[in-house]
Amino acid sequence: MAIIYELAAQGMQMILVLAVAPFILGVTRRFKARLLRRIGPPLLQPYRDIWKLMHKEAVMAHGASWLYRSTPYLLFASTWVAAALIPTYSTGLLFSWSADLIAIVALLATGRFALALAGMDVGTAFGGIGSSREMLIASLAEPAMLLVVLTVSLVAGTTQLSAIAEHMIHGSVGLRVSLGLVLFAFVFVAIAENARIPIDNPATHLELTMVHEAMVLEYSGRHLAMIEAAAALKLTLYFSLLVCLFFPFGIATGDKSIVAFAIGLGFYLSKITLLAVLLPIGETAVAKMRVFRYPIFLGGAFATAALAVFLLFVSQGF
Amino acid sequence: MPIRVGLACVAAYLVAAVLAAAVGGRRVAPVLIYGAMTAVSAVGLGSALFALVTGDLKTQLALPLGLPLSGGSVRIDALSAFFLLVVNLGGVAASVYGLGYGRHERSPLRVLPYIPAYLAGMNLVLMADDAFTFLVAWEFMSLASWALVLADHRREENARAAYIYIVMASAGTLCLLLTFGLLAGPDGGYAFAAMRETVEPPLIAGLVFLLALAGAGSKAGLAPLHIWLPLAHPAAPSHVSALMSGVMTKVAIYGFIRIVFDLVNAPASWMSLIVVALGGITAVLGVLYALLQQDIKRLLAYSTVENVGIVFVGLGLALAFRAHDMSVPAALALTAALLHVLNHSFFKSLLFFGAGAVVHASGERDMERLGGLIHRMPHTAVVFLIGCAAISALPPLNGFVSEWMTFQAILVGPQLPHWGLKLIVPAVGALLALATAFAAACFVKLFGMIFLGRARTPAARTAHDADGFSLAAMYGLAALCFLSGIVPGILIDVLAPVAQTLVGARVPEQSGVAWLSVVPIAASRSSYNGLVIFSFLICSGVLTAMVIHRYATRATRRSAFWDCGYPDPSLATQYSGSSFVMPIRRVFGTALFDIRETVDMPPPGARRPARFSLKIFDPAWRFAYGPATRAVWTIAGKLNRLQFLTIRRYLTLVFAALIVLLIVVAAWR
Repeated sequence: MAIIYELAAQGMQMILVLAVAPFILGVTRRFKARLLRRIGPPLLQPYRDIWKLMHKEAVMAHGASWLYRSTPYLLFASTWVAAALIPTYSTGLLFSWSADLIAIVALLATGRFALALAGMDVGTAFGGIGSSREMLIASLAEPAMLLVVLTVSLVAGTTQLSAIAEHMIHGSVGLRVSLGLVLFAFVFVAIAENARIPIDNPATHLELTMVHEAMVLEYSGRHLAMIEAAAALKLTLYFSLLVCLFFPFGIATGDKSIVAFAIGLGFYLSKITLLAVLLPIGETAVAKMRVFRYPIFLGGAFATAALAVFLLFVSQGF
Repeated sequence: MPIRVGLACVAAYLVAAVLAAAVGGRRVAPVLIYGAMTAVSAVGLGSALFALVTGDLKTQLALPLGLPLSGGSVRIDALSAFFLLVVNLGGVAASVYGLGYGRHERSPLRVLPYIPAYLAGMNLVLMADDAFTFLVAWEFMSLASWALVLADHRREENARAAYIYIVMASAGTLCLLLTFGLLAGPDGGYAFAAMRETVEPPLIAGLVFLLALAGAGSKAGLAPLHIWLPLAHPAAPSHVSALMSGVMTKVAIYGFIRIVFDLVNAPASWMSLIVVALGGITAVLGVLYALLQQDIKRLLAYSTVENVGIVFVGLGLALAFRAHDMSVPAALALTAALLHVLNHSFFKSLLFFGAGAVVHASGERDMERLGGLIHRMPHTAVVFLIGCAAISALPPLNGFVSEWMTFQAILVGPQLPHWGLKLIVPAVGALLALATAFAAACFVKLFGMIFLGRARTPAARTAHDADGFSLAAMYGLAALCFLSGIVPGILIDVLAPVAQTLVGARVPEQSGVAWLSVVPIAASRSSYNGLVIFSFLICSGVLTAMVIHRYATRATRRSAFWDCGYPDPSLATQYSGSSFVMPIRRVFGTALFDIRETVDMPPPGARRPARFSLKIFDPAWRFAYGPATRAVWTIAGKLNRLQFLTIRRYLTLVFAALIVLLIVVAAWR
């Protein structure tokens, strides 16, 4: 019985992230529109978009290969699996040990690798430019992300997400300078990875500076639906990660009853909705950057995270 | 038992080499020789695996050859058994590949005799138990591979590559010769057993370490001694390139481990500091060079430099932990390094085989002149993609597992008491992350340029897939990449005796862990399960595809590509490899490589075409090799006068030399 209950809890989390992701995207879009004095789309619009795209015929270029057709599913699967392995309402779920923080970051890299290849498959200028810039951003963001991982795991003594969340709640962590610094770095990395302003603009087409949208320009129909769903999942994933690493209060630890799960769920949903509101506030305050200013933005994240690591090496008390 | 089988394998390889020299010109020769090599290396592989798993080791055997006083001897312990496994696995793969690929060789006599000799040399290096046998085998290996680099000697660049290779190889061997001389001491104890027992004073130990690092590091491709590697490895036929990159660099790493972990008795913190820092720098520099290449095989060779860097980071960490008596983390770091050695031999051989198939099919080594081969060479495309994903450290494949374990070892770094190491280790962690991200970019470019997009030249349009033997070798290696990615626990357990003998501890037993997870330190600290991740990926991906195809739509229409409404059918509008890496080149390479871009744009109305040129300066050439070469030239020019002296002056010189030597001997006593 116990194993079935645990399996159900893990399955719940898988379905939860999938179900919530378009809603979170809807909240950011709606709130951003309100900030710009527009009415904005309804909160459920992303669900309708994905539904609509799924039922449309997929138009593919003549030269598109099997790689092009299978990438959307691989991207979706890798993002979904990564998102489902991050503790949301409870720590220590059945499969939480199968990937630690480093493996989750690497799973996202798998999806990115496939998508960058798919961008080059048809042989268009836009696809190539998107792939090229995506890899540039990745090579700037990954070292910063690894230093964030290093700092968090130095504080918690582990790279297991469940154990980190439990340590942040129960351990005497308190307010730390290093954690504050890496929170800053993490937000920068998350903005870059999710193709948000000021790195990329998710709402445009036909801009010479676009990155992610250029890469997926040729996609349509059900394939595009998968890519849009994966993008929504990735945003939710980074929100969950931020919540799990830095603000895990309210999450169910140890107590595996339905009530504890429900409380954890309530906390989780309100926290990520809050983040979905905060993101557009930041986005409307700044302008999109030129491509060759990315190193300054992400280099800042890297420097901040490096400072945190060195502070920790000086003394574990920071 | 394994030692006799090993010696028999060496003898059989040598016989095959002689046979190849005798019948090399005949039509049946490639089939005969590669068939024999497959059988011999399969036997070698089996015996190495048997030795490693059953622990039937430590058997020593005296050779009837060797130095007059000490003689020669051979021995297999856990370390050499593991490396024998790597070498013979590479041998099997290359021989099977050669059964198909080698038939197209234009001058088989220039290739066939040397490959078995080369494998014999590498096998003997790993079994040698005294300095003499080791060095003879090492030189044998170097010379055989030098001959293979010169196989296509009419191309001028190959001749130059072979020249640089032989110079660097001789310098490396000289370093090793001095290493063993210092280790043997004044009494001349050239057997490894005698060297193990003597405890060197710190100064001698330091010198030995530096010389071994230079000697073995130059063979492995450690920066800044890597310069010959990207020239020599691509010059050989592709299956030999695979052996050189996938296997010979590993033999060099074996030499380093044997000397520094086994023969030297006093590890110090500063040694590990140098190894860790050099490893990190090599990893990033190697992959940055790789990113800038257009030649497929040269890109792969530079990527070997990167992976050697990753291995040396692991080895350096193991040295650091061992120096501070932290044997469990040392075992973790060493296991990570050795696992990466094995993994790299899988995917680098695979990628070189794939490159060989592409070069043979299209006649092009320049990736800017390929494209769209995924349609023409579907099988090669699949295995090449697996290799690219594995080397980019993507889960659930094998490259990720060893890099993940290296990161786990880095995360133990703060517990080191040494301040220099405390600061260097996280910095190297960041360098390693940078190298991983660059590697992904590099292999997206490689695969994208060769296999994706539209064919850029007629050669690419008419390419055909590789033959059955080549494909069998590639599929086999791809399967190994995959298996060692999803069930790495088995390999980690196989490596346990190696770590046990060298650092006195082992990574926790993996076979008892539930669900075949990998738990390098403790379950509460970190764990990874490739099998679960893989099944999750497949289930969710396939399930989603099925649901959408069943309940939404599976309608598909083909049309011209869209490209935002401005489709241009010209092939030149595709992204090229150099434009793909332009952002990374600008951001990271400008200062490091002193890159000069010049655009020559004709004025409006002029008829001549615009030109773009790119100059990349290698800092190693500019600051180390350039001055060194010039110095050698100057000294040689000055010494040239000695050729034109009179007989009296020559006699005076001889007499003066004698006096000086006598004084030196007198002072020595």
